[in-house]
Amino acid sequence: MSLLSRFMTFSRQHATLPLLMVPVIIAGIAINAFGSSLLLNVYTYFCVSLIMVLGLQMFMGNSGILNWTHIGFVGVGAYAAGILSTAPAVKHMGVPNMFPALVSLHMPVIPAILVGGLVAALLAAIIGYPLMRLSDFVGVITLFATLIVFHVIMTQWDNVTNGPRTFFGVQEFTTLWVALAGGLIAMVVAYWFRESGLGLRLRASRDDRYAAMSVGIDVVRVRYYSFVTSALMAGLAGGVWAHFITSFSPKAFYISEMFLLLSMIVIGGSGSISGAVAGTTVVTIARELLRQVEGTINNAHVLSFEVFGLTEAVMAVLMILVLIWRPGGVVGGQELRWPLFKRKEPGATKEAEDAA
Amino acid sequence: MIDLEFLINTLSLGSLYALLALGLVLVYGILKLVNFAYGEYIMIGGYGLYFSATVLHLPWWATMLFAVLAAVVTSYLTELAAFRPVRNKSANALIVTSFAVSIFLQNAVLILVSPRARAVQLPAVFSRTVSIAGATTPVRNLIIIGTTVVVLVALSVLMKRTVLGMAMRAAAEKFTTTRLMGVPANLVISAAFIISGLLAGIASIFWIGRSASVDPVTGSAPLLIAFIATVMGGMHSPTGAVVGGFVYGLLFNILSITLPAGMISYRDAFMFVIVVLFLLFRPEGIIKGGYTEERVG
Repeated sequence: MSLLSRFMTFSRQHATLPLLMVPVIIAGIAINAFGSSLLLNVYTYFCVSLIMVLGLQMFMGNSGILNWTHIGFVGVGAYAAGILSTAPAVKHMGVPNMFPALVSLHMPVIPAILVGGLVAALLAAIIGYPLMRLSDFVGVITLFATLIVFHVIMTQWDNVTNGPRTFFGVQEFTTLWVALAGGLIAMVVAYWFRESGLGLRLRASRDDRYAAMSVGIDVVRVRYYSFVTSALMAGLAGGVWAHFITSFSPKAFYISEMFLLLSMIVIGGSGSISGAVAGTTVVTIARELLRQVEGTINNAHVLSFEVFGLTEAVMAVLMILVLIWRPGGVVGGQELRWPLFKRKEPGATKEAEDAA
Repeated sequence: MIDLEFLINTLSLGSLYALLALGLVLVYGILKLVNFAYGEYIMIGGYGLYFSATVLHLPWWATMLFAVLAAVVTSYLTELAAFRPVRNKSANALIVTSFAVSIFLQNAVLILVSPRARAVQLPAVFSRTVSIAGATTPVRNLIIIGTTVVVLVALSVLMKRTVLGMAMRAAAEKFTTTRLMGVPANLVISAAFIISGLLAGIASIFWIGRSASVDPVTGSAPLLIAFIATVMGGMHSPTGAVVGGFVYGLLFNILSITLPAGMISYRDAFMFVIVVLFLLFRPEGIIKGGYTEERVG
């Protein structure tokens, strides 16, 4: 095989990545050049969400376990990176009860974000192994309970997190370009992970746990490594997010935010990177539009009361409709391939249905 | 420390938790659905109490009937509209659907009523206290224990002696076989949701009675209790749910007494850690059941 044909095969095999990345990059450049500041913000937020959703996809999409704790690891990363990168004087003022050792810690933003990711991964490594032994419904409920433990600790441990109050003063670092770079890296990592040996074994354990065990896959161990990797991604996303939003409270890492991430991954389809990216795009756009509608209704005073929660209610209905008609998500668990439109091979959608 | 007052408190708390857990496990048994919308049935029940008392001005017994009815109707409607179409899809699809239903109901109430809490008036009997053999306790606690006993007896008669009950137990055991025996799937599942709503409605009267107010997120705390109680007791039988409810109540009261004041705000975290640790050694819960992974499809 000549070098050229080898390259052609390679690029055809992995056409998914450029197919996803190029539109995102073009959109980024266009929005940076022509967009309003609102649009700029929405796009940056979209890129940060992309990191979180792809991190979620790495574990949940490939293992089939609904990982409620994901947003908790985002929170751990956000607090760790925020505490590390914020100047001691600001922390002294903002979080009066903080441990003195933590107040004196200070480092540049990028190492802080990296350490934040490592802290989340370390935490996952400590608590993960027993959790990964539980499957199905007990697993789901236990992970849900773990998220609540995270939340209780975040709201109560005011020596570190400032308790239920807002943690503020994190410097602004995440611009559109930083977020875009993060999103692109996340795409490459998630794609690579899905195609790697570990990802393949994890997907096998999702499709049939007992068959996977019978061919020698240590399901618990495979899940454990993936859980830690996914938490690392979540922690990094949290750090990037913290330096975008600059002030936050434990509320941001709880059920309603998890609902948002879940709606992104479920509407797009959790089985593939393409699904995660598509879902994030659709949900971000739909959410912004609904917010505008909600704001317009409230500002116009046509109704005698304020409309709260319209966005969430409509998102919930949208999610149920997608689950009824396309349980595998809009993309349906498959990756985009080049050429884009090809006759469907028989049996190619089986995986998609199971992945929902 | 272990006196009559502690005993009555624990029994009444355990009864309430057992009711909550039972409603959750009935649906789980048949549909293998962990119903995140279950807390919302309780919330709707609470709003039923509020609505019938302040808008319709019904007498107190009618408000309670109204609340239970509201929870039952909500439970049945969610089954029809959301769970039935997704029933034969993957397990995660079902769970996510129930979560979306829960978010939808919460926000619907947020839009239609108000984000602020509403006061709920309950008859004076509920807040009066009485002393038995030197122990002072609110009458409410005794009513909870009494109601739970009645409900448990009625439910076990239903499950053991009637055709519907037998069909439901059979469906929880082997759904496909039960269908092959000529039991209509929709009937059994709807019945499970209706009974689940009934239990949620009854529990909502007592749950709302404790705080005397209701708001859109009222449902999350009882939902969580039901989750943990069922997981701890064993998800495969109603007995497990009841046992789990009582054990959870006991654990809660013991932690409330023994934890130092500074740690009391971490109580929930402690409870979950204990439960998670327990599950590591016994993933099937206190009461083992016939373990079937078969799902409706």
